Amino acid sequence: MEMPVPDARIMARKARIVERLLEVLPERSVIHDPMETRAYECDALTAYRCPPLCAVLPSSTSEVSDVLRICHEEGVPVVPRGSGTSLAGGALPTADCVILGVSRLTDVLETDYDNRFIRVQTGRTNLSVTGAVEADGFFYAPDPSSQLACAIAGNIAMNSGGAHCLKYGVTTNNLMGVTMVQMDGTVVEIGGAHLEAPRLDLLGVICGSEGQLGVVTEATLRILAKPEGARPVLIGYESSEVAGACVSDIIKAGVLPVAIEFMDRPCIEACEAFAKAGYPMCEALLIIEVEGSPAEIDEQLGVIKQIARRHNPVELREAKDAEEAGRIWLGRKSAFGAMGQINDYICLDGTIPVSSLPLVLRRIGEMSKEYGLGVANVFHAGDGNMHPLILFDANKPGDLELCEAFGADILRLCVEVGGCLTGEHGVGIEKRDLMTVQFAPADLEAQMAVKDVFDPAWLLNPAKVFPLSASAGRRAA
Amino acid sequence: MTPSTEAELAEAVLGATGPLAITGGGTRPIGRTVEGVSLSTSAMTGITLYEPGALTIVAQAGTSLAEIELALAAENQRLAFEPMDHRGLLGTSGAPTIGGVVAANVSGPRRIQSGAARDFVLGVRFVDGAGTIIKNGGRVMKNVTGYDLVKLFCGSWGTLGVMSEVSLKVLPQVAAGATVTVDGLDDATAARAMAAALGSPFEVSGAAHVPESFGALAGTHLRIEGFASSVAYRSEQMKAVLGQFGPVRIEPDAEVSAALWAGLRDVAPYHGTSGDVWRLSVKPSDAPDLVARLPDAAKARAFYDWGGGLIWVECLPDTDLRAVLGPFAGHATLVRAGAPTRAAIAPFHPEPAPIAALTAGLRARFDPRGILNPGRMG
Repeated sequence: MEMPVPDARIMARKARIVERLLEVLPERSVIHDPMETRAYECDALTAYRCPPLCAVLPSSTSEVSDVLRICHEEGVPVVPRGSGTSLAGGALPTADCVILGVSRLTDVLETDYDNRFIRVQTGRTNLSVTGAVEADGFFYAPDPSSQLACAIAGNIAMNSGGAHCLKYGVTTNNLMGVTMVQMDGTVVEIGGAHLEAPRLDLLGVICGSEGQLGVVTEATLRILAKPEGARPVLIGYESSEVAGACVSDIIKAGVLPVAIEFMDRPCIEACEAFAKAGYPMCEALLIIEVEGSPAEIDEQLGVIKQIARRHNPVELREAKDAEEAGRIWLGRKSAFGAMGQINDYICLDGTIPVSSLPLVLRRIGEMSKEYGLGVANVFHAGDGNMHPLILFDANKPGDLELCEAFGADILRLCVEVGGCLTGEHGVGIEKRDLMTVQFAPADLEAQMAVKDVFDPAWLLNPAKVFPLSASAGRRAA
Repeated sequence: MTPSTEAELAEAVLGATGPLAITGGGTRPIGRTVEGVSLSTSAMTGITLYEPGALTIVAQAGTSLAEIELALAAENQRLAFEPMDHRGLLGTSGAPTIGGVVAANVSGPRRIQSGAARDFVLGVRFVDGAGTIIKNGGRVMKNVTGYDLVKLFCGSWGTLGVMSEVSLKVLPQVAAGATVTVDGLDDATAARAMAAALGSPFEVSGAAHVPESFGALAGTHLRIEGFASSVAYRSEQMKAVLGQFGPVRIEPDAEVSAALWAGLRDVAPYHGTSGDVWRLSVKPSDAPDLVARLPDAAKARAFYDWGGGLIWVECLPDTDLRAVLGPFAGHATLVRAGAPTRAAIAPFHPEPAPIAALTAGLRARFDPRGILNPGRMG
């Protein structure tokens, strides 16, 4: 993946830049030793690495403001970083950049059950937001798979989703307000404990802007009362077409499960070997979860089971208790880890219209043979967000490139059938150069115009999201 | 001008030599009056794609809301954000369009549970002020590819571009609905009752309080929707939650309940009355105190939706509600007033300088000639 040539003039000024940062931050918050900056050389897209000029870990919004003001004055690019769990390279540094990590900003600032929100600093992890309110019967809905580690800052930057967004929406639907620091150090408050924007919905465009418009240091998040209960059902089919038809029929019947997860045979086999969840060996497995009181769950699962049976399942298993529910989820939740045990892989996340599911799975199977690389599919079937895992051997020369070419073909296919390149991971560097597949030059120009307004000098995370050739003129300016 | 295709729309904008007054169905004349050549999307109609199994519909911007709701009803689906019909409140006629719903980011009582138009629009196609056709988003439910300009267009009132097509997420129709009502509560107690209801696990899809003095629609109302047996169960649970606040009754008839919520959604208490109408978006627990601050001289009255987070105020014409209330967290929109009042008092809430600079910057980028509904959000 091509990255811009680092600016030698900036790198030559490292000592002065570090010195200025040390004027506003304590010693422990500025990491500039070349051995130590390596801790920030990559995120979860580990195939690409580059130590930054230096990294800073501010402890307050005003420190973030000081850092950005200095970097703005010095013309130094800044790459914001949450917990570094991006699968798209969203936090990948360049050699001439300052990494701005929010990992010291972890406080809960306000919890308000009457108005159902929590205000947190954005270095706090996703799961620990729920952790702060669950004893009182509340939770924060977006639940990306990395929720144990990923920070709210990254969730906002990437507009993260999760398994339960069919019912609760993604980050943007649960984000009420932010405190954001602009590149020149200006601190702005957008949104808050009230709903909606007084004028243009700036919050809506900030969410998902991959750290290119500002650094969000505090967030007001909607919290919800926990449902009385939840219960999954596991359904196995002999073909993915039939599983897809079952999902479509369930949705058309008026049931809205909180989650509909899909796994194909290679994925089931890997999960079985890894987690021994007791999954049936079949071509397609659905895990469908509904919520409510015991009677409500019975009613919804009744409808779902009736529809499922019409499609002749090879297995239909309802969790009788919490332990069985846990076993049903066990395999799915360990899917990525299971695949990682048997192979190196890259994980894609294109979205397709659910009606195109059988076609897309068939084409992925064919391409897998053409490329000679295995692929396992696990995804959120209710909303068409696919996660094909392409297996490769990192030690075999050329295999990563082959794998990336295969991945690009899958994403082109997603766009071709009416979908998109990324449903929840973000563009980062990974899908940056495929943006022209989905967008015409004018579409990209309109998006870049937004960055022009928020960050005229293009210093915030500049080498991401847009094809380098498209953003070249702006980054050089 | 009434172009019937996107290409004609682009031509019309490109060829414009002065301000354009952009409308859909023209049923929501909110904001300042725009002096300019009329440009209506009402001839750009038709549902382009509807996949019930994918919960997705795509339509030309000028398609009437009625046509979309009819198509959805045939498949037992709906627009979950329950867009308000402004005709009764604003005394307008004509047919609301889907593009207008999006441009005004309209919602209804279900806002607190499901969201507003912004939460359901999956993609837009639009023509910017330079006449360029641009698309953003798409027709799939999960999409983080590039910046979310869709949200920016929801509630932009035609000032960033003229929409030609929108795609929306739809949801299954609810099988049953009931309303649980507590009678006789003062505003502060009602706010606490609604907070208790919304903090319960029983999935309230509407929480409104209409003071006794209003007569019709009065009461503190909580809406419960879903499968019939579930609605019955949760209504009883809700009754138990609310019992501590006052006498509780359950309206189990779905049609009666739906009519009540349609009245609240469309602000029926102020239909045909003569006062100015303001819409305040606030932190719900702040609402009763704010209403108590309204001076007697304004002859104001207020009722609450969104658990208190939305206050509908009617007051004497020409009252600058922001001035009489002083600073508060949230914002106030002047929804109904005579043109002179709307010229004198900003209909949309003023923003702090750094935010206003961002807003102005975006507008200058999308509409460099300043011809798209200039001044409407002024």
